[in-house]
Amino acid sequence: MMQKSMAKIGGRISDAVTYAVLGVLGTLWVLPIFYLVYTAFRVTPSTGIINTLFPSDLRLGIGNFVRLFRDTLFAKWLLNTMIVAVFSCALTTLFILMVSYALSRLRFRLRKPIMNVLLVLGMFPGFMSMIAVYFILKAMGLTNSLVALVMVYSGSAALSYYICKGFFDTVPRAMEEAAILDGASQPVVFWKIIMPMAKPIIVYTVLTSFISPWCDFIFVNTIISDREKYTVALGLFKMINAEKNSFNDNFTVFCAGAFVVGSIIVTLFMSMQKYYVEGVTAGAVKG
Amino acid sequence: MISAFKNGSYATRLSFFVMGFGQIARGQIAKGLFYLLLQTGFALYMIFFGGRYIAHLFSGDLGRKLSGEQWNETLQIFEKIKGDNSFLILLYGVVTLVLVALYVVVWAMNVKGSFENDRRLKQGGILPTFRDDVRALLNERFYLPLLIPPFIGLLVFTVMPLIFMVLIAFTNYDYAHTPPGKLFDWVGFANFKTMFSLSGGTSGFAIVFLRVLLWTFVWAFFATFTNYFLGLIIAMLIHKKGIKLKVLWRTLFVVAIAVPQFVTLLLMQKILDSDGILNKLLGTNILWLTDQRYFSLLPRLMIILVNIWIGVPYTLLMCSGILLNVPESYYEAARMDGASPPSIFFHITLPYMLHITTPYLITQFVGNINNFNVIWLLTGGGPVDNVYYGGGTQAQSTDLLVTWLYRLTTDQNPKYNVASVIGIVIFVISAVLSLITYNRSSAVKSEEAFQ
Repeated sequence: MMQKSMAKIGGRISDAVTYAVLGVLGTLWVLPIFYLVYTAFRVTPSTGIINTLFPSDLRLGIGNFVRLFRDTLFAKWLLNTMIVAVFSCALTTLFILMVSYALSRLRFRLRKPIMNVLLVLGMFPGFMSMIAVYFILKAMGLTNSLVALVMVYSGSAALSYYICKGFFDTVPRAMEEAAILDGASQPVVFWKIIMPMAKPIIVYTVLTSFISPWCDFIFVNTIISDREKYTVALGLFKMINAEKNSFNDNFTVFCAGAFVVGSIIVTLFMSMQKYYVEGVTAGAVKG
Repeated sequence: MISAFKNGSYATRLSFFVMGFGQIARGQIAKGLFYLLLQTGFALYMIFFGGRYIAHLFSGDLGRKLSGEQWNETLQIFEKIKGDNSFLILLYGVVTLVLVALYVVVWAMNVKGSFENDRRLKQGGILPTFRDDVRALLNERFYLPLLIPPFIGLLVFTVMPLIFMVLIAFTNYDYAHTPPGKLFDWVGFANFKTMFSLSGGTSGFAIVFLRVLLWTFVWAFFATFTNYFLGLIIAMLIHKKGIKLKVLWRTLFVVAIAVPQFVTLLLMQKILDSDGILNKLLGTNILWLTDQRYFSLLPRLMIILVNIWIGVPYTLLMCSGILLNVPESYYEAARMDGASPPSIFFHITLPYMLHITTPYLITQFVGNINNFNVIWLLTGGGPVDNVYYGGGTQAQSTDLLVTWLYRLTTDQNPKYNVASVIGIVIFVISAVLSLITYNRSSAVKSEEAFQ
């Protein structure tokens, strides 16, 4: 009896400690985001740096969002990013599925060497060859166009086959063997049998490839010089890093822009979180 | 190939020179015409465009004629002369080389196909029709239509630029040799000698390179393991029995994923700035990201801390997924034996996690070696430290190999050739690391284990 209640008290204490640790860490993780949102809605003081978190002339409002859409090309950048993201996501997903299906389910000569070559190619730091990519695009007459971005983003899709292949490796063979015995051709097996089963990994691939154009500014910076053709990432980056005083002038607007981009990604994540977790886990568990 | 020429029929022998002949002569018209078309196209390309770039590559120089102006006597004006552009010569040379390689493959396929036809006819068989070939592509050779489109993209946007940049490491392409105004040329292994010779002293390339390499490894180690263990610990805390509001706790951390990385990093950079909100709130004047003392210890620490903020949510997500899969029977057995919570952690949870996530850890480690964004957006590689990182090397104290490489190509005084050497080194390190572990991992050994 005595022992049991001791254990109970011990359990309570350890629960309390756990709550405290989670509380502190959770606060640490949320604070910067809070600061971002807070700055996005801060109308005065309007300069980037403030001395206290709650200055006396504090006023909140949506002024920064008005400035963002009225005074900058943000709406245009948003549209550009959306276009690039949709197309490169479609192409990338298709490419990844094709490559990982071939490497996982089909058996052919050179399969293992191809897997190793892809792995090694993926090790090369991408932007090391950025200048060469720029001139190849220039030779095709494609610099300063969104098409070039789509091509660059999806051109190396085959390199990220790994997680998806790991998933295909776990799909039981029995069903496709039965289908082939029934006279189904490989494309039919691919579309009708494997694809429906691969839903979590497809969602995962779609999600990651949709998000990457929202975050890249290095390639865009090299390929695109026309402000009208920027994506949100480069636009926001330039907003506070372009000129000497741009940080002070634009910090609140930058935060407003970041808030918009963040909200879009949050919405996507929340609606697909379940699949995302499954995808992450599937990729790692394959050890 | 040789036996095909010796023993093949006249049609096969002719198809060594006229592609598709062996197919057309046997009635496989569509296939034969396709080969013939490819050959004609390739010939035209070589004559009108590619040929002279190949010639340039093998003549051992990358252009001789400088562009500039020349006095024209008859017209009495200065005329602009279009000189050679070493950059374009090399680039188009590489493109042409790749096309030649592809052509050789197709050509070999054409000869082989024709020789195969010989063999079949000799055995009294019939040849596959065009329809048969298409059907084969959709069945036993289905991998071809699946792999070819993605591989074309790979060839254009990864392989060709890569060969190009590797070749740059053997030239003197830097600020003083930048086309179109200037030419650059082959220099053999001179750049490798510069990079790895000790003649520059303690702030010369070799020593600075070692310093950057060491920091790259230290960073990759801490970045990988701090994220991993913190993520694991937080995941375990959330999963602990009796803890309520699990979804809320997880969401608190996971929201951080939604903010694009570059936004977080720029934000952190501004928060940690010497005039930033953190210093204002603390009433201090600490140079969080630019303090040079003790080998820039403070900036290095801050980088790792910020990286924890960014990375832990991902590992948390992954670890919570896996923790749910640890067989409950292991825990029950341990509790029956009266094992304490720490010993359960060290003898069951941790080994299980490590066993499953080793490949993930390796990928993360290699990814961190190449983690450009965190360093570049937080400190830009700085602070500048002329004592330990000589000015000529353009390296700075928190530079990783990748950020150093990037600075060398985008600086006011670019050294593309040295950058290429660094790129090759990064490549060798990461490729060796990942090939070894990848091929040893059970994912490859037992691909079919779960089928």
